[in-house]
This record gives sequence, C-alpha cells and structure tokens, in this order.
Amino acid sequence: MSLLELRSVTADYEGLLALRGISLHANEGEITALLGANGAGKSTTLNVICGLLPTRSGQVRFAGEDISHLRPDRVVRRGLTQVPEGRLLFDDLTVRDNLLLGAYSRMRRESRRRIEEDIDGVCELFPILAEFADRRAGTLSGGEQQMLAVGRALMSAPRLLLLDEPSAGLAPKAVSEVFARIQALCRRGTSVVLVEQNVSAALKIADRGYVLEVGQIVLEGTAEELLANRDVQRAYLGKDYEEV
Amino acid sequence: MATGAIWDDKFECIPRREIEQLQIERLQATVNRAARNVSFYGKQFEDLGIYPEDIQSLQDLQRLPFTQKEDLRDGYPYEFFAVPLREVVRIHQSSGTTGRPTVVGYSANDLQHWTNLVARNLVAAGVTKDDVVQIFFGYGVFTAGFGFHYGAEAVGASVIPVSHTDSRRQVEMMRDYRTTVIIGTPHYALRIAAAAQEMNVDPHSLSLRIGLFGAEVWEERVREEIESSLLIEAFDVYGLAEIGGPGVSYECECRCGLHISEDHYLVEVINPETGEVLPPGEEGELVFTTLNKEAMPLLRYRSGDLSRLDLEPCACGRTLARMSRVVRHSDDRLIVRGTNIFPDQVAKVIARIPGLGQEFQLVLDQTTALDRLEVHVAVAQDSAPDSVGGLIALEEQVEEQLQTLLGMSVAVKLVQPGSMDTSQGRTRIIETPHES
Repeated sequence: MSLLELRSVTADYEGLLALRGISLHANEGEITALLGANGAGKSTTLNVICGLLPTRSGQVRFAGEDISHLRPDRVVRRGLTQVPEGRLLFDDLTVRDNLLLGAYSRMRRESRRRIEEDIDGVCELFPILAEFADRRAGTLSGGEQQMLAVGRALMSAPRLLLLDEPSAGLAPKAVSEVFARIQALCRRGTSVVLVEQNVSAALKIADRGYVLEVGQIVLEGTAEELLANRDVQRAYLGKDYEEV
Repeated sequence: MATGAIWDDKFECIPRREIEQLQIERLQATVNRAARNVSFYGKQFEDLGIYPEDIQSLQDLQRLPFTQKEDLRDGYPYEFFAVPLREVVRIHQSSGTTGRPTVVGYSANDLQHWTNLVARNLVAAGVTKDDVVQIFFGYGVFTAGFGFHYGAEAVGASVIPVSHTDSRRQVEMMRDYRTTVIIGTPHYALRIAAAAQEMNVDPHSLSLRIGLFGAEVWEERVREEIESSLLIEAFDVYGLAEIGGPGVSYECECRCGLHISEDHYLVEVINPETGEVLPPGEEGELVFTTLNKEAMPLLRYRSGDLSRLDLEPCACGRTLARMSRVVRHSDDRLIVRGTNIFPDQVAKVIARIPGLGQEFQLVLDQTTALDRLEVHVAVAQDSAPDSVGGLIALEEQVEEQLQTLLGMSVAVKLVQPGSMDTSQGRTRIIETPHES
C-alpha cells in the first residue's frame, strides 16, 4: 500500500521552477530511492513533502490525507520526518540530548518515560549511540553523526523517514554501515524515502526508485530495473559509454 | 469466485486508485523521455507549443495527437527508438503488407517486462510449470512466437518451439510429447484438429487441456469448434507488435473480456471518425500509450481494433480493466496468415488499372486448410474489355499487381458492376463452407 503519494507537484524558488510536475509514491515497508544529479530536484522534493517549501500546484498525500499545505511541524506530527543533508546536529549538546530534542514534537503529549524507552529503542538500532551517550555530538565521526541524525529523527516516531544524502561526506566503510542500519530500521517498520547521489549504494538497499532530471522524473522502476538501465549505469554508476 | 492462480497479484489486483497513481507517474516519465529522445515527439510538442510537464493528469494526454501506423512507417527503421541502438537488445517487426514494415525495439528491461506480461497471460489461462507447451506461432520477426516462448519458460512450463510445420507432424508431437497446452492462431488450431481427425487420432487420447489463440479475429463459434474438436479450454489473447507484442491483454478463467495490463499500457477508446475519447462501455477504437517501454515508447498509438472497456473488478480477483474481444477493425483490415491486408491499399491498385470500376471486395475463405484470399472486382461500366480473352488478360493483370502488393497469392474474380453484396463493407470472411 502506498503511504506517500505526490501527484504532478510543481514548486519554485522565487519564480525559478525547481519541480516540474513530479508524481511518485512510496510504499509502506519499503525503501524508495530518489536519484539524480546535483540540482535535479531531489532535495527540493523532500522539502516540498515535509512542508518546508510550498507547492505551486499538485498534491502531496500522506496516509490518505492531503498534506500539501500543512506546516512542517504538523507534517512531523502526522508521522513524516526528514533527516536533512549535512545532518544539522546540535554539536555542543550530548548525543543523548540530541536524541531527546528529536522527540520535541511529542514532549507535550507523551510521558518522559515513553520517550526514554524510545531512546533505548534507538540505541538498540545504533549501539554506538548508547556507548557515546554523554559525548558531545560534535566529537563524533561522520558516520556516527549520521547515525545520530537518523536516530534523532526516529525519536519523533515517524512512519516515514525522509533521508537526504545520508552518505554525503562519509568514508566507504561508514556508508555501508549507515546503509545497513537504514535497511534494519525499514525492516522494523519505518518506511524510507532515500535521496542519494551514491546511486549504487542506494539501489543496493532500495526496493524501488525514481530518476530525476531537471525537476522531472524520467524513470521509475524497481531497484533491479534501474540498475539494469544503461542510462542509469552511465550517468550515475560511473560506467563509461564503452562499458555499457 | 477466484480459483485460478495469479502470476503478479501486486499489479493484477491493484486498487483502481493505486493504478491511476502508477499510471500518471509512468505516463509523465514516458512523456519526458519521449519528448527528449524521440525527434517525432519532440517536434510534436514544439509544434503544439506545449511542454511535457503540461501533462499533469491522465486526461491531459488527450492534448496530444495520435500516433498512427503511417508515422511508424515514416520513421523506418529506427526513428522511434528512444535509446541508442546499442541499448536495443532485440528487434522485431510488425506484420505489414507493403513498403516499409514497422520496427519494434526492446531494451533488456523491456524484454524482462514482456516476459512477465506473457507469464500473466499464461497463468490466467491456467498454465503451470507442469504443462508441456507446444507453440505453433512462427519464430521470427513476428512477435508472437518469441513472446509466448519466453513467457512460458518464465512460468516454468516445458516449451516445444515447433513453429510452423506439417499439421500431421504437429499432431504426432502433441501425442508423443503429451502436450497439454497449444498456442497459435485459432484457424491453425482448427487445421490441427482436422489433421488429427484424418489421422484417426482420438482427442481423448491426447493430453491437451488448454489453448491460447490470437493474432487474428475469431468469434465464439470458432472457439466452440476448437474446444469441442480438441477437448480443450480455448482462451483469447491480444497483442500488438508495435507496442510490444502478446501480453497486452488476456482472458482469465471467467472469460468475460480481456484484462489489460494497465500498469504497462494506458488505454483509451476513441470514436475512430472524430478522435473523441469515449466513456467506458462504449465501442470504439483502442488507443494505447506505453507506460514502461524504454527502447520504443509510443504515445496514443491507434490500434485500428474496435472494442469496449469495462472497469469493474472481475470475479477472478483481478482489478485490471477488461476489453471486449476484438471482432472487427476500424479500417476494415483483414488478417490473412498473420499479414494485415488493408482495403485502401487494394483500392489504390485497382484505381490504377484501366477497365476496372471502383467496386471491389476482399473475400477471405477460412473454410479450407490454408486461408485463401479472393478479390472480387467489378469491371468498368463502359471501358471493360469486350472479349473473353481481354477479360482474362485483365484478370491476370490485377492478380499480378495484387500479388506484388500483398506478397501472397491472390485469386481475382471479375464481376459485373452492382452484382456484389457489399452490405458488410469491403471485406467478407467465409468461415463455414455453406457461406461460399
């Protein structure tokens, strides 16, 4: 069943058209990848989904509800959370406090104990966060910071997590570690929309995906189909014309 | 209620809302690629002054013109390919009569999809991996042979790629290999049944249980005849080489229309005269837009086939729209031994030959082992030859020219003006001996 649906969404930055009729969907329990070069509109799509950028036309539906014009905090409360590119952690706060802040949208409605339990749950998924609970976030390695950013987003108890370039700036080993964790959290029931420039890593864990070019979707398919597409191989998997 | 297996229930039983979402996604991606990579479509958008992003709903597709068979002919051979030739891993050709054929290219993903669609078709008819499938369709540039071959292999059946051979040999193989499923044209199946009878092979002694037939128009009466003579259940299949071959739509166990693989094909029904899109339930010409083709996407391709749509879910559990069986073509076309014969082409030849009138009729005789095409032409009122020798010479001249045009032997019969029964149009099919 599809959890998220975009229907012909257009959006602009002060008149400059960034999304030119994007339609896509993300199924419950799956990882959906949005792929494409710099400036293709991937992050813009995420920003539109979570209400940071208004749609000019078209519709965003989440769990059957039209959320096209909801404020970002309301979108989070509906169960949709973004992990922004560059992670944007509170460097001077401890790992634990960063996690706690991730539950900000729940604090008034839920008990402290419930939130503490969720911190334990996140630490189960990312054991490194338990180990470094009292360290300042700024002292963690890139991969650890990324896990903290994902962990913090999970604290809002999302049904769908939007991940923007989680591999950016990470060493290859850290990339595979982070991606293995993303897969694990999807298996635990959180659906994922994954924006990535690291196409081969993304398609290894994704179920389905879309390829964006200049604000439009040019390909849709299962991860397997996209990997078999020669345009994808050439443009994003670093294979040159002779190889494919 | 549903008893049969479903090959791809995720898509074959998809709720209507979800199929529409998938269709708009794939339509937009297809339009974007077609406009960028196929000059025919790029130019079309430019001429219309619209952009691919103007297609914001399934209805917006109606803003685009139709793609016609002629366009594909003009684009011979590779103009409609949306990928470089090196990415095309298979080339087929559609059956045509004259001049340039139409070419169809497939990428690796296209072939994968095609195989999957044909597997849906076979499983809907009840084929399983325990079956022995004997394919009568030709293996060549024509799509049906290879299409069914790979689909049947995907299902896991044992496939015998016999193609065309002597009918008696087919019967022997059916008997010796304990064939359970046969696939071919309906009239070929009748020929096989006749051969079995001649050989005194009792159909009860064969293992046959299912037949899938298509590539020509056939009626319920023919279905009954095939079923009773070979003791099988016969299913109609529908495909169109230009948009990918067999697997476009297929009958399930309910046999109440053919399920269209709507996740791969967006179908519209139009009034063939005006081009106006008709609502579900009304008869008109089927128009297809491919939604998942990489190598050769086609937008609003006119099939020439008349049918009507039913969007109601089927008792088999599938939700894919059903089209009624195609029993006529909007352009009067006849399909003779797998080749399309268009009356318009014949009309052009006849108009060129002095001594002939304008009246003619294509008569397809399907009562004998090999379909036979006869062309009845009226002589001109005033300028017809007045000697028997002159008439024979004229007849031979027409035969020769039509043979060159159609690439098959044709019998021509000259008749008096006004003596033909043309109430059914320019084509007539004789299916039982007494009609002739």
